[in-house]
Order: sequence, then structure tokens, then C-alpha cells
Amino acid sequence: MLGKYRALRQDQAAVSAGGRNPFGLAFDTVLSATEAVLDGRRVLLLGTNNYLGLTFDRDCVAAAIAATEAEGTGTTGSRIANGSYGGHEALEKRLASFLGRRGAMVFTTGYQANLGVLSALAGRGDHLLLDADSHASIYDGAKLAGAQVTRFRHNDPDDLRRRLRFLSSQPGDKLVVVEGIYSMLGDTAPLREMAAVKREMGAWLLVDEAHSLGVLGEHGRGLAEAEGVEADVDFVVGTFSKSLGAVGGFCASDLPDFDVLRVASRAYMFSASLPPSVVASVGQGIEAMERRPELRARLAENGRRLHAGLAAAGFALSAPPGPIVSLPMPDREAAVRFWNLLLAEGVYANLALGPATPGGRPLLRMSVSAALDTEQLDFATAAIGRVGRALGVAGGGPAAAAAAE
Amino acid sequence: MADEEETLRQVTEALGSVAKVPGPITMETHILHDLNLDSVAVMDLVMALETRFDTVIPMDRLAEIETVGDLVRILSRLDTAAGGG
Repeated sequence: MLGKYRALRQDQAAVSAGGRNPFGLAFDTVLSATEAVLDGRRVLLLGTNNYLGLTFDRDCVAAAIAATEAEGTGTTGSRIANGSYGGHEALEKRLASFLGRRGAMVFTTGYQANLGVLSALAGRGDHLLLDADSHASIYDGAKLAGAQVTRFRHNDPDDLRRRLRFLSSQPGDKLVVVEGIYSMLGDTAPLREMAAVKREMGAWLLVDEAHSLGVLGEHGRGLAEAEGVEADVDFVVGTFSKSLGAVGGFCASDLPDFDVLRVASRAYMFSASLPPSVVASVGQGIEAMERRPELRARLAENGRRLHAGLAAAGFALSAPPGPIVSLPMPDREAAVRFWNLLLAEGVYANLALGPATPGGRPLLRMSVSAALDTEQLDFATAAIGRVGRALGVAGGGPAAAAAAE
Repeated sequence: MADEEETLRQVTEALGSVAKVPGPITMETHILHDLNLDSVAVMDLVMALETRFDTVIPMDRLAEIETVGDLVRILSRLDTAAGGG
């Protein structure tokens, strides 16, 4: 039964041979938004997506505890079959008002939000146009959709236009899917240009703001706000598991009959709903996003500081400063060694390998948090610099040149 | 119908741009096994070919593509379809 995974198993063994298994790491305990204990040693967390550091926010934690005491640990069923709790609907209203949208629907994970929304929106006879670097949840949602799926070149509005033109004689709705911030390299979509193509060609536009919600835009509504094109975005998808420090996903829209997706989206209909604790902490998280813009400013400053520190250390960086900082690695072996040595220095980052990365290129991926202080960031920058120099990946060595290619 | 030999030449060229090709490419070359491409590399190859041939190959067609020959035949047929509007 599992024989077909022989090659995958060999790959896993090869990656783990350099030290730890990067895809099976288990912390002893997580101490805060920025620190954990691993094998009895403190490590700095630089790969969490915990952008605003809300996982240990006092108000979020208190709201989760109060909700658990009042309403129990779980909902034990789906909203369609077993009923919604008041908190689900209140959170949807809260989210819609935060995003300035007519309606919002909450899913149990971000992955399910894409699965549930794409499969329900794009049926047989419709067309989905996906950015080539889309997250797995978008590809998987597209697979379930029954629509004809076309992949366009990453962040290339001209290629999108060419494909929409090619498909223009075919019937069916065309839905373009892009992301606010792409999770592997941290680059953003050229959303103004994409929105112009969408308008020109009469397509629909869905933006997954998973990594940009609470991060970009004056009010934290994401890339669409930052680029001033919210009116062109027909569907906003996002997650509660990054800037909001919990778990769950959502889709928001201005379409008047958007609610019909509740009885059309199977990932929504057939999943147990979010537990009261999560609903409560996410609601509190949205409050923090709205009332504490300094968190967003701090996050941006931390992103700039890490980016500048690593650039000064001679690293090739994959995107302009932002919450995600990725270092291209010359090959998989170097990436694995880098990841292990950095962990030995007390810094946890993410090892990202193909096919999950653009072009299958190995990356050392980091994400900053508003909760990191400058001392922690400088500690991390110094550690990354030491490892980079030891491996010849920083400072213009041959491996650095190979990684930069 | 486009000349299959010419299409094969173009596919071979595109392959060189996305992967290290170990040996000569024929219509029988198995894309996953012989060329050691993963699923995303195959999608990247198809995208390169879509640009080269100014066409669109829907992703659900990828399931039928196992050999270079399969790809060449799809491209030849699509070419005709595109030419006809």
C-alpha cells in the first residue's frame, strides 16, 4: 500500500541524515510568541507566521478561556447539521465589518477555506486561472472544482491577459486567483495590474490574503487595501492561523447572494465548526488588529531590520523587506546543513524544499513577528551570518553565487 | 496539423530550459521516470511550452501526459484547434 512512497521515504531519510528531521520537529514546550524549548534548550522562533505575536496576547487568551468555560471545548459538529453558536455569526459580522464587506463565511482551517470556496465557485464549464506559485490549498481546491484549470506565470499580468484572451471564446465564468504575499519568497502580487486585466477581460478576482491580512494596508486589510483595489476584488480569502494567532479560515465578499455558499461548499458543510475558544480569541485578535496599528508598524520595522542585517552580511535575498525573509540555498544539502546549524545556534527557521518552493529551489525561510525585540533580531541575524559564512552561502563565496542564480 | 518532428524539437528545447536532460529525448522518453521531473517541474515545462506555442493546456490534460510523445501529440492537436479559432 505504501510502496509507492519509496522515493519520498528516501528523500525524507536523506534530508534527516544531516541531523534532525526538519519536517518532524517537536518542541518540548512553546514559551511565548518568540521562544520555545527544544531538547531542554531555549530556541528563538523565527519561522512561525505569528506576524502580530497574538498567540499569547492576554486579551485573546482571556477571551478563549472565558468562551471555553461558558460554551465548552468543542462544537462536535458542522454548522449545517448541528447548528451555529452565537459566536460564529458574531465573528462573521465582525470580520465583514473589519474588511468592509457585505458578508463573510468562516471555515475551520485556512486550507479548507480555499478548498471550500474554489470548489464551490468554479464548477464544470467554468475556468480557474491560478498563479503558478499558488499555495497547495489553491491547487487542491482547483482539483476539486470541476472547472478547467489554467496556470499563469507567477506575478505576470501579461501572461494572465494572454490566457484570458485565449479562453475568451469559451463559455463559463473565469475566476483569477492570486495571493497577497506569497508564502515561500515573501513577494507580493502586482495587484493593480492584475485587477486591470481582470476588469479588461471581464473575469472575477479572488485574493488570498493569508499572509497579508493584518500585515499590509493602512488598516491591515491586506494587499488589496495597500494597492487601493479592494473594489476589484470579488472574494477575499484568508486565515486566522497567522496574524490572528489561532486557526481557521474565511471568505468575504460583497455579492448579495454570497450566503448560498453555506449550502454549496462541501468543506464548510461537512467539517466540524470552530470551537468557542478559537472563535473568541480570533474576535479579540481582530480588535487588536484594529486598535493597535503599532503592532503592524513594529512588524514592518522588524522585517526591515532582519532584511537589512542579512543583506549587510552578504546574503542574496529573495524579495524586498517584508514579514517573510527567505534565503535561496545553493542546493538541498546546503539548505539542510544551514537549517541544522542554525538550530544548533538557537534559532528556529523553516526549511523549504521543492516541490513546495518556486522552481523547486531550496530555501531557508524566516518570518518575523511584532513580538520580536531588536535584541532577539540581532541575535538571529548574527547567528544566520555565522552559519552563512561557515557554509560559504553569504559574503560572495562560490555557494553564495550559486544560491543567488 | 503541426509537424510532429518540429514539435518534438521545440519540446526538447523547452525541456532543456527547465531541467537537466540526461540523454537524448525521443517520443518514448517518460517524463517523470526518465527525466526525473517532479509534479511542479512538469507544470513548469507545460507553461514554457504554452508560451512557446501560444496556447493553453488545461491542467486536467496533464494526467494524460506520461511520455514526451503524449505531450507532442497534445501540442500538435491544440495547435490545430487554436488555429481554427
